[in-house]
Amino acid sequence: MCATCGCGTDGEHDHDHRHGHDHDHDHGHAHEHEHHDHHEHGAFHHEHRRTVETLDARVLARNDALAARNRSWFAGRDILALNLVSGPGAGKTTLLERTIGDVGEELALHVVEGDQATARDSERIRAAGAPVVQLNTGTGCHLDADMIGRALGQLQPPAGAVVMIENVGNLVCPALFDLGERAKVVILSVTEGDDKPLKYPHMFRVARLMLLNKIDLLPHVDFDVAAATDRARAVNPAIETLELSARTGQGLERWYGWLRQHAAAARARSATSPP
Amino acid sequence: MHELALTHEIVTVVTQAARGRRVTRVTLEVGALAGVMSDAIAFCFDAVAQGTAVEGAALEILAVEGRGRCRSCGQEFAAAALYQPCLCGSHEVDLLRGGELNVKSVEVEEAS
Repeated sequence: MCATCGCGTDGEHDHDHRHGHDHDHDHGHAHEHEHHDHHEHGAFHHEHRRTVETLDARVLARNDALAARNRSWFAGRDILALNLVSGPGAGKTTLLERTIGDVGEELALHVVEGDQATARDSERIRAAGAPVVQLNTGTGCHLDADMIGRALGQLQPPAGAVVMIENVGNLVCPALFDLGERAKVVILSVTEGDDKPLKYPHMFRVARLMLLNKIDLLPHVDFDVAAATDRARAVNPAIETLELSARTGQGLERWYGWLRQHAAAARARSATSPP
Repeated sequence: MHELALTHEIVTVVTQAARGRRVTRVTLEVGALAGVMSDAIAFCFDAVAQGTAVEGAALEILAVEGRGRCRSCGQEFAAAALYQPCLCGSHEVDLLRGGELNVKSVEVEEAS
């Protein structure tokens, strides 16, 4: 996958850097100052004053504020929200289908599906038996907090539900965008490289849980489970890991246990907080 | 390419701060470990700025080196990557610097 745009190629296409402006840092101060440019001695020009204003504004501040709003919306309804992230083809949708079939009713699973295009995944989720809202990002490579806020209005999950947000298949961009989830769950399949945690460190650093999927294929691939786990911990010492196969069902009980525990915690938090 | 979305956000932040004035320079601060490619922002910038008060503004990107502090031994060190351990071997590292993605300042033109 191309690390710049997340597309399926190995970066063989161009992300050339051809632009006309400079990156020079020709003044080293950020305080307010005025200077007069070439207009000042031109009698036929209006005189323009240039002022430097310090902003120190975080670029992601607006997204983070909307994410905080989603987070309190979830908290107010005792909802556990999880942001499922992975590269394309790691098995997010298959894992969701299986999870819905096994514990969908018990945990009141609701799903927000994010893809660049098509409603194929939301049709699979609906067929599996869970309420779902499909988001298509078009040219976008990730979901953002604003999209989730609007999707929740449509999805209307009841109090105590579990909302699974299946992000766009991309290990790069979704790492930066908080959606208001309780935790990011990163899925790595054993048909990928066991060095992915080091190659995409941002995602593994912000994830609470890593699911190693497709372990039924381990006899046929060179994937080293211990190496992958060590590498994930090098980036994020606190990361939890579970090994499973969404196809055969191996290891799924522990995943369901993790879900039950966190869903119960989401409900207990509001029960113990003051009115 | 999340840099395109981020560049839209940068232009929005700057346009609001400019309050109708023309912007002649935008100064960003981008940390080496922020997960953002400065070149990709620069690549999008002119196109995204088109038709806004930021059109034609120079873009200046100040790089911020990564710096970590070890939670085990307290040592501070230059962090070139998120997975770089402390010299003591610990991976329990707090990132002090390098995660920045900020609009530091804008230069605006005021008719007088």
